[in-house]
Amino acid sequence: MTDLSVDLGFLKLKNPVIGASGTFGYGLEFEPYIDLNRLGGFVVKGLYFSPREGNPPPRLVETPSGLINAIGLPGIGVKRFSEEILPRLQKFNTTIIVNVCGENNEEYASVVEFLDKYDGIAAYELNISCPNVEQDGLCPALSPEATFSAVSLVKKTSSRPIIAKLSPNVTDVVQIALSAEEAGADALSLVNTFLAMAVDIETRKPKLSNIYGGLSGPAIKPIALRMTHQVAGRVKIPVIGMGGILTGQDALEYMIAGAKAVEVGTANFIDPESTVKIIEELREYCQKKGIDRIETLIGTLQA
Amino acid sequence: MVKDPQARIVDKKNWKSYFSLSLESPRIAAQAQSGQFIMVRVSAHTQPLLRRPFSIHSKSEKTVEIFFQITGLGTELLSQKKPEDSLDILGPLGKGFEAGKNLKGKDIALVGGGRGIAPLYFLSQKLRSYGATARIFYGGKSQEDLPLKEKFEKEGFDLHWSTDDGSSGFKGFVSDLFKTELEKYTPDRIFACGPELMMKKISLIAQEKNIPAEFSLESVMGCGFGACWGCVRRIKRDNREEWVKICEEGPVFSGNDIIWEEGDE
Ligand SMILES: Cc1cc2nc3c(=O)[nH]c(=O)nc-3n(C[C@H](O)[C@H](O)[C@H](O)COP(=O)(O)OP(=O)(O)OC[C@H]3O[C@@H](n4cnc5c(N)ncnc54)[C@H](O)[C@@H]3O)c2cc1C
Ligand SMILES: Cc1cc2nc3c(=O)[nH]c(=O)nc-3n(C[C@H](O)[C@H](O)[C@H](O)COP(=O)(O)O)c2cc1C
Ligand code: FES
Repeated sequence: MTDLSVDLGFLKLKNPVIGASGTFGYGLEFEPYIDLNRLGGFVVKGLYFSPREGNPPPRLVETPSGLINAIGLPGIGVKRFSEEILPRLQKFNTTIIVNVCGENNEEYASVVEFLDKYDGIAAYELNISCPNVEQDGLCPALSPEATFSAVSLVKKTSSRPIIAKLSPNVTDVVQIALSAEEAGADALSLVNTFLAMAVDIETRKPKLSNIYGGLSGPAIKPIALRMTHQVAGRVKIPVIGMGGILTGQDALEYMIAGAKAVEVGTANFIDPESTVKIIEELREYCQKKGIDRIETLIGTLQA
Repeated sequence: MVKDPQARIVDKKNWKSYFSLSLESPRIAAQAQSGQFIMVRVSAHTQPLLRRPFSIHSKSEKTVEIFFQITGLGTELLSQKKPEDSLDILGPLGKGFEAGKNLKGKDIALVGGGRGIAPLYFLSQKLRSYGATARIFYGGKSQEDLPLKEKFEKEGFDLHWSTDDGSSGFKGFVSDLFKTELEKYTPDRIFACGPELMMKKISLIAQEKNIPAEFSLESVMGCGFGACWGCVRRIKRDNREEWVKICEEGPVFSGNDIIWEEGDE
């Protein structure tokens, strides 16, 4: 029996595979296709304090091996989430993480303060890195100072572990990672989407109503993997890697590069069974290589 | 809602740029309602990356059929599939037309433009089985864009058709043809699918004449099952306007609830 569990210190996952925020709905959308209990966990769609509309369509455009989205974080807000969704998630035997959004630091804190009253949430993933909301993709994760102040305020407010989700749209992701760690983040997850655009040459209009959106999918994997490796080598807190993971092999690359766990995003759209297939592929790899505990693989990149 | 990773192609038809594929998938066929759709994986690789949505064109006990036009790489790859190949499909998805036994004895107009005719064939079969009269209004750019004309004719439907270039039938848009016919009769209900502008015009006509109408909308879809929030359209809900995921709450909506996109009338 291969042991696929991984220990983030503050949280033990039954396996390293987590459904990524914004690509996994509220989890329940996947019930017809997979047994959610098999997952290491999943992160629900980003939540602001109040309900939000999101951007006008078109919100999605496909590019070579990639997807640009400008969804703009629509959502039902914390109140409806706690009344309508959370009670239905509590019956699952998996780790549920809430992706926390805010227009400013106070809103991040108020989301966490509100949700702290409810059971069934294992940790908060602080979405300081969504490129879709503010103009030109501005967000706290673009500066070490803003990252520090958002993370430290939320950490002070929250009774639960905080995972800071980093943006790749920076010159030095390690600097931001160190700020989040110093501010008290319990873990880091990276990366969110890459700020991107596409143009319709017939109409000369942008293909997204928002002009810019965030690129995800296989197209970003090599860059996201490099960033995960850079960060994992410098921080002491656990790193959750993501970006373009479609298969067990992709997930293994992240783990060997230093990620303790991985999030799977766009792959869920292509195949709603992706997460469980990846778990199976990890198990097969370990069995074939005679690895008893997948944890022993983490950060074993050879010189 | 199920995933069928290997739905075998049991029949394929082709008319110039239009194709139909009949897929063996008893579980999806058993649940399929007219107006619902399936998501088809068109490539085993990452180009195109996402599945493509197609309305259910017809069904039998064991099969569901799709009817599509080549509009890009995804539909082109799909058109190259051969009988005995298998396709990875999800379905049936969304909410279909509200067409039940209560329509018995009613006179129903089905208005389809181009590839938008796809879901209306399934609906025509349903309506007939309920004892309703379905009249078909079918429009295309040119006579090549009316590949299903013969199928409807052969089955004895009252068929009216138009082409933009006048190469067959009424010359002009199907919405204009429909308007002309409405001078002679008033249907009890309208179901329509096609280009945005066509549906918008039909919706205005329906509202003017106070005829209940439903429309099957399109949008780019990331997932087809409610997980991405990509497929929204502007819909009226309790006197408010909202962005609604059409893959879950649609693709079929009542004309009174749809906020049509601004554009040339
Ligand atoms: C619920 C639903 C049911 C549909 N049913 C049918 C059907 O029965 N038969 C049929 O021929 N087509 C149908 N479509 C449209 C079909 O999904 C698109 O034509 C197809 O996805 C285009 O893929 P492609 O790779 O060939 O083209 P792409 O290269 O992806 O796109 C070509 C052009 O089509 C547009 N487009 C892309 N995806 C969509 C989309 N989902 N809806 C509308 N426009 C799109 C693009 O903006 C572009 O202008 C349906 C769409 C929806 C949402
Ligand atoms: C449609 C879509 C919506 C997303 N929404 C969110 C979100 O609400 N919060 C968040 O932190 N990340 C969001 N993301 C980013 C993903 O969680 C993930 O970081 C990114 O897509 C990279 O992983 P992938 O290549 O596996 O998709 C979204 C991504 C996509 C494609
Ligand atoms: S297509 Fe993903 S939510 Fe509708």
